[in-house]
Amino acid sequence: MLLTIETTHRPATDLGFLLHKNPDRLHEKSLAFGRAVMCFPQADDDRCRFALAVEVDPIALVRSKGSGVSLHDHYVNDRPYAASSFLSVAIARALNTAFAGRSKHRQALAETPIPLQATVVPLAARGQEDLAERLFGPLGYAVSTETHLLDPELPDWGASPYITLQLTATLKLRDLLTHLYVLVPVLDNSKHYYVDDDEVEKLVAKGEGWLDQHPERDFIVNRALKRRRRLVREALARLSESEPEEEAGLSERQAEAEALLERPIRLNDLRLRKVVDTLAAAGARRVVDLGCGEGRLLRELLAVKQFEEIVGVDTALRALERAEQRLKLDRMPARQVARLKLLHGALTYRDRRLEGYDAAALVEVIEHIDLDRHPALERAVFAIMAPPLVVVTTPNREYNALFEGMAPGSLRHGDHRFEWTRAEFQTWGRDVAERFGYGIGFEGIGEAHPDLGAPTQMAVFKRAVP
Amino acid sequence: MNTPEDSAPKAAVKTIALPEFCLVVLIGPSGAGKSTFARKHFLPTEVISSDACRGMVADDENDQSATGPAFDLVHFIAEKRLQGRRLAVIDATNVRGEDRAEYVRIARRCHALPVAIVLNPGEEVCQARNAERPDRQFGPHVVRNHIRALKRGIRKLPKEGFRQIHELRSVAEMETVVMERQPLWTDKRHESGPFDIIGDVHGCCDELEALLAELGYQVRFGGEGEARRCEVVPPPGRRAVFVGDLVDRGPRSPDVLRLVMSMMAAGSGFCVIGNHENKFLRWLHGRNVKPTHGLAETIAQMEGEPEAFRDEVRGFLNGLLSHHWLDGGRLVVAHAGLREDMIGRASGAVRSFCMYGETTGETDEFGLPVRYNWAADYRGDAMIVYGHTPVPEAEWLNRTICLDTGCVFGGKLTALRYPELELVSVPAARTYFEPVRPLEQPAEPRSAQAIADDMLDLDDVRGKRMIQTRLHRAVTVNEANSAAALEAMTRFAINPKWLVYLPPTMSPSETSEREGLLEHPTEAFAYFRKQDVASVICQEKHMGSRAVILLCRSVDAARRRFGTTGEESGVVYSRTGRDFFFDADKSEAVLARLRSAADGAGLWDALETDWLALDAEIMPWSAKAQALLRQQYAPVGTAARLALAAREEAYRAAALRGVDLDGRDAVAGERVLQAADYAAAYRRYCWPVESLDDYRIAPFHLLASEGAVHMDKGHRWHMDRIASLTVGSDPLLMATQFRVVEPADDAGVAAATEWWRELTEAGGEGMVVKPLDFIARGPRGFVQPAVKCRGKEYLRIIYGPDYDAPENIARLRRRGLGRKRSLAAREFALGHEALHRFVAREPLRRVHECVFGVLALESEPVDPRL
Repeated sequence: MLLTIETTHRPATDLGFLLHKNPDRLHEKSLAFGRAVMCFPQADDDRCRFALAVEVDPIALVRSKGSGVSLHDHYVNDRPYAASSFLSVAIARALNTAFAGRSKHRQALAETPIPLQATVVPLAARGQEDLAERLFGPLGYAVSTETHLLDPELPDWGASPYITLQLTATLKLRDLLTHLYVLVPVLDNSKHYYVDDDEVEKLVAKGEGWLDQHPERDFIVNRALKRRRRLVREALARLSESEPEEEAGLSERQAEAEALLERPIRLNDLRLRKVVDTLAAAGARRVVDLGCGEGRLLRELLAVKQFEEIVGVDTALRALERAEQRLKLDRMPARQVARLKLLHGALTYRDRRLEGYDAAALVEVIEHIDLDRHPALERAVFAIMAPPLVVVTTPNREYNALFEGMAPGSLRHGDHRFEWTRAEFQTWGRDVAERFGYGIGFEGIGEAHPDLGAPTQMAVFKRAVP
Repeated sequence: MNTPEDSAPKAAVKTIALPEFCLVVLIGPSGAGKSTFARKHFLPTEVISSDACRGMVADDENDQSATGPAFDLVHFIAEKRLQGRRLAVIDATNVRGEDRAEYVRIARRCHALPVAIVLNPGEEVCQARNAERPDRQFGPHVVRNHIRALKRGIRKLPKEGFRQIHELRSVAEMETVVMERQPLWTDKRHESGPFDIIGDVHGCCDELEALLAELGYQVRFGGEGEARRCEVVPPPGRRAVFVGDLVDRGPRSPDVLRLVMSMMAAGSGFCVIGNHENKFLRWLHGRNVKPTHGLAETIAQMEGEPEAFRDEVRGFLNGLLSHHWLDGGRLVVAHAGLREDMIGRASGAVRSFCMYGETTGETDEFGLPVRYNWAADYRGDAMIVYGHTPVPEAEWLNRTICLDTGCVFGGKLTALRYPELELVSVPAARTYFEPVRPLEQPAEPRSAQAIADDMLDLDDVRGKRMIQTRLHRAVTVNEANSAAALEAMTRFAINPKWLVYLPPTMSPSETSEREGLLEHPTEAFAYFRKQDVASVICQEKHMGSRAVILLCRSVDAARRRFGTTGEESGVVYSRTGRDFFFDADKSEAVLARLRSAADGAGLWDALETDWLALDAEIMPWSAKAQALLRQQYAPVGTAARLALAAREEAYRAAALRGVDLDGRDAVAGERVLQAADYAAAYRRYCWPVESLDDYRIAPFHLLASEGAVHMDKGHRWHMDRIASLTVGSDPLLMATQFRVVEPADDAGVAAATEWWRELTEAGGEGMVVKPLDFIARGPRGFVQPAVKCRGKEYLRIIYGPDYDAPENIARLRRRGLGRKRSLAAREFALGHEALHRFVAREPLRRVHECVFGVLALESEPVDPRL
């Protein structure tokens, strides 16, 4: 990764004094992960350009990590090359005087806005294309970006995530360095070190005077603190102390975000509500949530006293761990904990632990299982577990036409193996009911469209009493 | 059953014949000498002492307040021992019926015989002994109460459920008694066959004679009335085992009994009891039984038989056992089958299961009890051969087989030759009896095993597993790894019925010290030389994606052999068990072309098979690894190119200004070139795929076909078969270049090394070196089945653009291969085992556990660059 800083302030060579680097020499600073190498490709009175190359040692990068590192760290990756938090550290350590706003010989100049142009190459602008503009524009920069192909010899592979970023503005050098220090990792969206409480201090200190008023403040804080909620909350609270009137803006923004999210949230709530009501109305006391994921339905079930025993089953261990955290199992009273069991399992295997329950719910689950595995799923649920009541929900494919921005023929979720029309779902449901001796009824969940039906469809299977 | 003796102790030495598996309950007052007695006659580990358990839970063997927990522990240990079919002895006073009741319950749960040994040397002896022990100063009334309770209870012991009761009434008797252990009558593990196991005869003596003749037995009936006799001469060494239901319904039940009794008397036959024998016996005993289900026919036939024959039959039927446990425990014969937890055990429940099987408690439309399909749940290693339920064809299900092919109903009489496992049958001459329920016709053409295999059980893969393999003995899979595999298996893998093999990981050769290289053939050859492998094969390593191909001759053949129900005629899957093409039409098109290549090569006939399992590499890499390329490799190339070019430009400009860069500008220039090499390296393995013709499939192992796992054949055999597939026909199929080398032959090694150099310089990934024999053992045990040796440029993709810079490569050389090689060995053993089990038509769970194990081991953290 390379950072260049250029000025046309005359005499331009004063940039050397500001950076505390002699333009006629090579400079080097050793860093924990490699080194920063600095030189001046150009140093005239009219124009002076400084270059800082961060040379990351790719082998030390893998080896220095403890045994707890994910194996992905062993694969080749772009960390040695793409501008990232490594660059921030290099700025703070190799340009420490300038970063602190000091200059031994040109202190007045250090405190004066001068025309500066910075280039960072390459920078992974993961996420939105206009992100650089959104981050740097409000700070007064003219922002120009150049995108690059993923592989110039294989143009049909499309664009790479990398841009060359160029920022032009008249400002103090220290401010330029500070902005880069905070915002480069935000663009890159990853940090090479563990983000802890110190990071809040750093962010509050470095953001002083600009971050609190930045329109993307929440976004920046979120990414800078890697979405660690407690830290983000703390940082935002401390940033807004100085500007209490900003509160209004914040709540406005939150309302906007909520409006955006409202629809899907409402649908999910409706779905869970409907399932809980169906289970409760049937008098079920011991219920199994098959494919419980992170435990949204479990939480609703726990709130209803009637359910004496609630079992959540999922095939993803991580989902179960998250369910445990989200439900705050460790802080739940013993009596509540005793009602809930989380099991690692799979719906295509017979699981003796799940036999003998009153009801099973499969909420948005069947569409995640390949159709050729359905016979196993059906047997496991309807023949072996065979609870008196089974509730199944799945998307109604017809309704997809009403979702804005959804390409025709595409599915709602990347892992969906299929989505069914109402007719398809009902054919399947009736066939299963017939084969395994259940009665069946269907309902829609969510506001129904006159032709396309409701966004979610539900089947309620009740075991026929002989 | 021994009954308590009334007389005073005799001088003669008393012997107790103890079943080798039972629950012994010692009964005696405090001070009777139970612990001493137990020490003398039983292993310390067999004796469960209530005092010791009191000590364990309360630090004091006499702490009466700990009695409850102490007895919980006694019961728990007893049950665990009995579950493991080990004898247990309860050392406690046990003088009250309520104390003993729990032991009888435990024994029944575990199908162990409860045995009571009463020790009562008299009150004086007990009082005197207690007086000597400072910890037993609880007063004389205790012993008196014990003895009173004992005397009251002793008559009730049989009623309580004790199947043997022994009473020792003096110190002398307790000291001289001899304890003998006897195997249970059903335990005939020492009888090792060969056997001819014969299904339900039901009085069909004509068919029985025909079947025995077919099996090589000579049967001769002679005489009339009281003189009627039967003589059977078996083929040398062979014996017959009858699964019961010899009588009823058919025309010649007395003759069948005669035949079987004569064989048993001659030591050439065994027979277990069937439900019809049981009912017939009750009739013989004069009980009131309804002459239904064909008993009337037997009664009528017995009318003409002399009284002596009746007595003989009564004696014979009285002695019939519930089941036979044979051949070192590998074979069980029982009339209606047997659950695993009942084998070699004795209880009313066992006998009842053996005669009637398990029912669901429901009745069907013909009023007959609905049978619970216990065989579908059977998980045992022992083969279970049974009858009882008429079926159209005898077929295996989870190592069990029902031989009742309904002869008396006009079906056939069937025998199983053991250990050959061949079925032999003769058709019924006619229908002798109309069944209440018509003979069940299979609901679908698939086998019972295929239907049972539709549902795998989580218990067969969950948690820590030890998988027995024939190559590597037991392979252990940790709980965390199986948990990881469960997710991969259920969310991404194809139908487990197709997943009969997963390829093992492969280790690279030891690290080379040559300048600029991490891997070089020298080390690969040195490894095999050290392992005393005489010849190795070097195969060109294709750079694509590993695939396993199961190719069937037709959709029908696929359904028949793999028990599937879909329209596919085979499958192509990745090394993690995922569908390779994610496109059924494309898969079928590929399979069709492979099939015509196999037709052309005559492989079906040559191997007498209608399916083949192939190990292959499918190119281009970009077809399958698109995501990896676009998200991992290509971005690294781009980022390196942009960053390094910009840096070089900056350095060069500074150098032009006269700044002394200490050689950094030159290095920066080299790095730019390496970044270009990096992109060039992965680009070689990428080309656009527009139609099938853009793929290349290079098979390199013919893993298995019907009845055979071909890993016992050398790689030349495999290369020859594969050459016959690829030669001249379809451009989709690609041959693999190879050469055979003797690692000890320097010239050969040099030539092969040169070949590797040419391959890799032309952009090839490298080569794989394997023992020519496929599976090899060296002086240090199992030899790696393959070692890869990758080219310098290929490794750039793996290790990064500037991995070969001197300061980098020196550090990269420090890589350990031990873990990778151990994994490769274990995964190979599991894959090999999976194929063997599949070929032997074992239940799917047995195949699946191995394949699941490979996937689980793959989740172990190992440097992925190796």
